[in-house]
Amino acid sequence: MQIMIKTEHLSKEYGGKKVVDDLDLQVNLQETFGFLGPNGAGKTTTIRMLTTLTKPTFGRVWINGFDGVKEPTKVKREFGIVQQHLSLNRELSVRENLDLHARLHHIDKAERKERIDELLDYVDLAAYSDHLIDRISGGMKRRVMIARALIHRPKLLILDEPTVGLDAQTRRRIWDLIRRMNSDGTTVFLTTHYIEEAEALCDRVGIIHQGRIISLDSPLELRKRLGMAVVERRRSGDDTEYRYFPDRGSATEYVQSMPSSAESIVMRESNLEDVFVELTGRRVTE
Amino acid sequence: MMAVDAYSILWADLMVLKRRMARYLVTTLISPLLYLVAFGWGLGRGISVDGASYFEFVVPGIIALTAMNSSFNGAGTRLNVDRLFFKSFDECLMAPISPLSLLLGKAMIGVVRGLISSTAFMIVALLIAPAFSVEPLFLVSLLVTCLAFAFLGVLAALLAKSHEDMATFGSLILLPMTFLGGTFFSVSQVPAALKFALYALPLTHSSTCLRAAALGQPFPWESLFAIGSFWLVFFVGCNLVLKRASI
Repeated sequence: MQIMIKTEHLSKEYGGKKVVDDLDLQVNLQETFGFLGPNGAGKTTTIRMLTTLTKPTFGRVWINGFDGVKEPTKVKREFGIVQQHLSLNRELSVRENLDLHARLHHIDKAERKERIDELLDYVDLAAYSDHLIDRISGGMKRRVMIARALIHRPKLLILDEPTVGLDAQTRRRIWDLIRRMNSDGTTVFLTTHYIEEAEALCDRVGIIHQGRIISLDSPLELRKRLGMAVVERRRSGDDTEYRYFPDRGSATEYVQSMPSSAESIVMRESNLEDVFVELTGRRVTE
Repeated sequence: MMAVDAYSILWADLMVLKRRMARYLVTTLISPLLYLVAFGWGLGRGISVDGASYFEFVVPGIIALTAMNSSFNGAGTRLNVDRLFFKSFDECLMAPISPLSLLLGKAMIGVVRGLISSTAFMIVALLIAPAFSVEPLFLVSLLVTCLAFAFLGVLAALLAKSHEDMATFGSLILLPMTFLGGTFFSVSQVPAALKFALYALPLTHSSTCLRAAALGQPFPWESLFAIGSFWLVFFVGCNLVLKRASI
């Protein structure tokens, strides 16, 4: 299996506090890998180290075999990135933003125009190519950032919270784009604190908490480890007990064996939120 | 490749400037014209300095001042906005180009803006005072001045942690230099101790060079060397700060 991202003991400290702690990670070629964790878990700092913006305090990182510290220019050719915050030049048009990025990646003039047109079609923004960034919606801006990240045909696409702040419809549209890019052969590394995003997109998910990966597997395997079915038993006040079962049948048996009472009981499928809560004792969105 | 990459960085800022050229030309001329009216025609009427009318004396100083402000703000404010407001500077840092290309590209927009502002004011000055002459040494001095202050702008923007930091830098460094950098008076007339302090300011050397070239006086090569030295210091400073900020 060819490896696209590899880290060994990757760590970052700020003022003596470890933000990323001894991270060992492998992301395979053409995989969609998700980093799931709450705000402040170390996701963005990890991305900054993967993308050469921040130097690790300790440990090493390789992108497609190139060393992130020793060969930053080679690493920069391998990835495209969509940052969490808007990072477009708002005084330039959609086309000019893409043009700048293509120039910085040394794409020659003839190919540049062709590639920009192709990508504007890909993200469905051809009609807005001459609009200034400030004149288009938030969802369109995010799509421009995706087009920009793809302009040099990177083998790895890094997305930091790609749908944060977007409405449900736009989010689904971005998800479709991410799936399409992955099926076109691009390895995708994304961070998210949206459970449904990780479940919908990722082949494997690494759950990150306080700078450390505390569990890593496919969404299905992570849920299987905990139990595919969950019974929520709401007691008096805000106290809720969660019991996990390997399947719906055993959960149903448990519910039927309980004495009838005024307690509220809910039976449902488990999700990555349950996995996260059980591992960390807190919710992803906290 | 370095020149191509630097031009790519510059290209984006040129696109913005092109879109705003008319507005830029109007706003960039207001301040030097006000100085010209207030000091050249108002206060300085009937005064002569170093063998020239005060009007002829003050015009090269105002050109130096215009070059300083436009180059500093043209490079510094743009970069500050890119870094802290648009957050698009990180995208440039993640592009496969050398830090040197990035610095050059970001500084060049300051040089371009400085040259445009100075030229616009020079055209107005030539219409008012045809005795004023633009010699090759004048243009060289102007170019080196723009380079030095553009890199100072980049340095300030790389060090700034907020937009207020840039304003503070302007108030503490540029504003005193505006009035003490030999723009409106001859440094040769001040006491020796103060003269020493004034020559520590890059604008003093720019005013001295531009004035000597414009008025046909003996050219102060040591001042041109001093501006070049300031440029070198600012350039090295930019490199160190950028290196500290990235891998």
